[in-house]
Amino acid sequence: MARYVLKRLAHTVLVLWAAYTLAFILLTALPGNAISNLINNPQNQLTPEDGKLLKAFYGLDHPVVVQYVRALDALLHGNLGYSLSSGAKVADLLGDALPGTLRLTALGFVFGAVIAAGVGVVGSYARWNWLRTLLQSFPALAASVPSFVIGILILYYFSFQLHLIPAVDDGTFLALVGPAVTLGIMVSAPLSQVFSASIAATRRQPFVHVLQARGAGERYIFGRGVLRNSSLPVLTMLGLAVGELIAGSVVTEAVFARNGIGQITLNAVNTQDLPVVQGVVLVATTGYVLVNLVVDVVHPLIDPRIRADILAARPKKTKGSEKGAIPARLGPDEATSPRLPEEVATR
Amino acid sequence: MSGDVAQRAARDGTPPPGPVLAVEDLSVGYQLGHSTKTVVRNISFELEPGQVLALVGESGSGKSTIGHAILGLLPANGRLLGGSVRYQGRTISDLPGGQLRELRGRAISLIPQDPTVSLDPVRRVGPQVEDVLRLHTGLDGEARRRRVHELFALVGFDDVERRYRQFPHELSGGMRQRVLIAAAVAAEPDVIVADEPTSGLDATVQAQVLDLIDDLRRRGGTSVVLITHDLGVAADRSDLVGVVRDGRLAELAPTGVFVQNPRDEYSRHLLDNVPSRLSFTRDRGSGTASEDPGPAVEVRHLSKHYGGHTAVDDISFTVARGQTFSIVGESGSGKSTTARILTGLTRATAGRVSLLGTEVGTLDTKAFRPLRRDVQIVFQNPYASFDPRFDVLSVVEEPLRSFQPAGSARRRRQENRDRVVAALEAASLPASFLHRHPRELSGGQRQRVAIARALVLEPKVVVLDEPISALDVSVQAQILELLVRLQSELGLTYVLISHDLAVVRAISDRVAVMRRGGIVEQGETAQVFESPASPYTAQLLGAIAGRRLAIR
Repeated sequence: MARYVLKRLAHTVLVLWAAYTLAFILLTALPGNAISNLINNPQNQLTPEDGKLLKAFYGLDHPVVVQYVRALDALLHGNLGYSLSSGAKVADLLGDALPGTLRLTALGFVFGAVIAAGVGVVGSYARWNWLRTLLQSFPALAASVPSFVIGILILYYFSFQLHLIPAVDDGTFLALVGPAVTLGIMVSAPLSQVFSASIAATRRQPFVHVLQARGAGERYIFGRGVLRNSSLPVLTMLGLAVGELIAGSVVTEAVFARNGIGQITLNAVNTQDLPVVQGVVLVATTGYVLVNLVVDVVHPLIDPRIRADILAARPKKTKGSEKGAIPARLGPDEATSPRLPEEVATR
Repeated sequence: MSGDVAQRAARDGTPPPGPVLAVEDLSVGYQLGHSTKTVVRNISFELEPGQVLALVGESGSGKSTIGHAILGLLPANGRLLGGSVRYQGRTISDLPGGQLRELRGRAISLIPQDPTVSLDPVRRVGPQVEDVLRLHTGLDGEARRRRVHELFALVGFDDVERRYRQFPHELSGGMRQRVLIAAAVAAEPDVIVADEPTSGLDATVQAQVLDLIDDLRRRGGTSVVLITHDLGVAADRSDLVGVVRDGRLAELAPTGVFVQNPRDEYSRHLLDNVPSRLSFTRDRGSGTASEDPGPAVEVRHLSKHYGGHTAVDDISFTVARGQTFSIVGESGSGKSTTARILTGLTRATAGRVSLLGTEVGTLDTKAFRPLRRDVQIVFQNPYASFDPRFDVLSVVEEPLRSFQPAGSARRRRQENRDRVVAALEAASLPASFLHRHPRELSGGQRQRVAIARALVLEPKVVVLDEPISALDVSVQAQILELLVRLQSELGLTYVLISHDLAVVRAISDRVAVMRRGGIVEQGETAQVFESPASPYTAQLLGAIAGRRLAIR
């Protein structure tokens, strides 16, 4: 098991490097950046010498490969570079914005999981047909309404009409609820869809029928059998949903005028502030791969078959006879049946 | 009999007088759209304590539906159309869900059909058996665990502690079925509905599981409704036989009477198609043998290792042209691996295989290709080997195309179509099947399409990997007949892989018995079956169900 986790960890590092490199290539391939925009803007009246100085200051006069190696080297020393537009340390910018965004995405995640669980369970088991139908149509609805529309609707009704939550970020927990619910509804769409489908598929499994034949009621069957089996695909979706959360936080922070990674991303993209964009990519990727690492580690805890695969994949050699299921005692068997005389076996 | 008596009797553990289970005029229908399809019609029978009633019939006859109706567990669209089910004199078919649940598992329990999917894959097996005790007894955790250990010992596990903690995927099919049997008897029910309890299991395991059910029945006086498609099992293991056809009881008779003297025509038809009663007289063209004296298949010291595991261990055999050579053995004996090597789907680790004079044991897939024309395979489950989007024409035409130069398909369309029609005709399918899809066909028809696909290249050797074990009895007989006819008409050589000794006996010239990768015994069919040299073969032969049928 420890080996498995280490292997996953190595994968994680590899993915981080690949994402960083890919982002670097893409961003340098795009025409222009904050500095060249500055230099080429005639309003600034910069002489070519000034431009050269600026470029040298930011290290942009070197070939791309050198820039890449330098950036990577700095990254390994914990230095994410400097913003091209404000000159601030990228690490500081992100560090200031991260806690707010983390709070938002974490709460959004919780809301998403709760909504998905509720929709999945009630939509599958509700006594009333109309309620089941209603809830089963929720995922499609939630997925097709853009999150900024949901955000604006929440703002309109709960802030402006009912005055239940503040319209702008005043630092209170209550101000977090609106955007978090917006995010939650967005990520709950795929989660609840997969969960509902998975519950339905599990309930068609023969072992559920067998549980019924043992006299178990729906509640018992759900608690002891269906829940664990049907949460497996949802777990995989959870990992993917983190990507949506990160993307969604950009829009949500804009709608609710909150400071955070989303705002920074928006500004950095608008001003072509490459080091900041690069830093955002790195942070987002880190969050994404870390959550998926957790998912990968939790998966075998829930499903013993995956656990068995992991153990079987271990290169450590075990004897074939140890791997096989041990024979049961009933009837003539390996232990009790007469051993084959040699001459018969070799005939 | 009053309900009081029945209840007191149930408490005392002594069976009350009268039938423990009575089904009266039972009819069941399935709601399909706006119409109702009746699948069980006016079935009546009574079961005394300790009796075994075998319900036999082909797939789709409604026999499983009867079992589910007894438990009150019809699918969502199923409905009781009439009649009643009475347990110890009390009508249970109209009880509300809660009261019925109270009876399920405690009074009437189920041994399900397919042990591989009937246990929750993510829970340990011990707690799954405990469910029954948790639902129906007031035992605490420790007592429940002890009871499960007892039950596991009862069904023949020795290391009960370890079994308790294992997951289903760590157990073989036979062992999973024992777990399910342990759960079925955990609350000491009066009636067990056993729905095809052994259909997926090897013959010796099947015999063990049936012995176990027998034993438990004798010990506890439990009655059993045994639902099976295997007349051999029914004949060996029941007191009463009910033949189900189109949802009706065609015949209900004591087993001895049924076997000796079936009154119903359909019963006779079923009995006559039991493989152990089949015998084919084959007329082989003697010309083919003299033209080319070399054997069709020659295997010398063949071995196959997977990692540290030995699947095939130094086997040798020869198959003469135009003959049928059968390899029998239980699952894991290496017979399927041997089939895969013969057809070039796997490479051998050591040894020589010569097909029609060509050395193939060490050829890789690409080098094997020219031989594919001459060596074809028919799989156990043809449906899985069909592309679901292909119609029958495309399925059967595919091997032809793969041997034709690319781009010539248009030019050859008519020619290929004619060859496909000819192959279908050989497999006794009309040309009107060309544009049907596999999902529209019955199991027997699918297997005929698979045979046509194997024949379309006009091969000389056909490897038959369990070709009929997924089919109903009477369809099995038809397919066997077809295979025998094709062999004599086309001079084919068969290598038959099977665990069904009755089938092997019916159609093969020579037999090899495999166990744990090695050949235990081989020889002429009659000799192996009548005077087996190896105790293992004798054990296999002893486990064949249907002895009562064979000695009619």
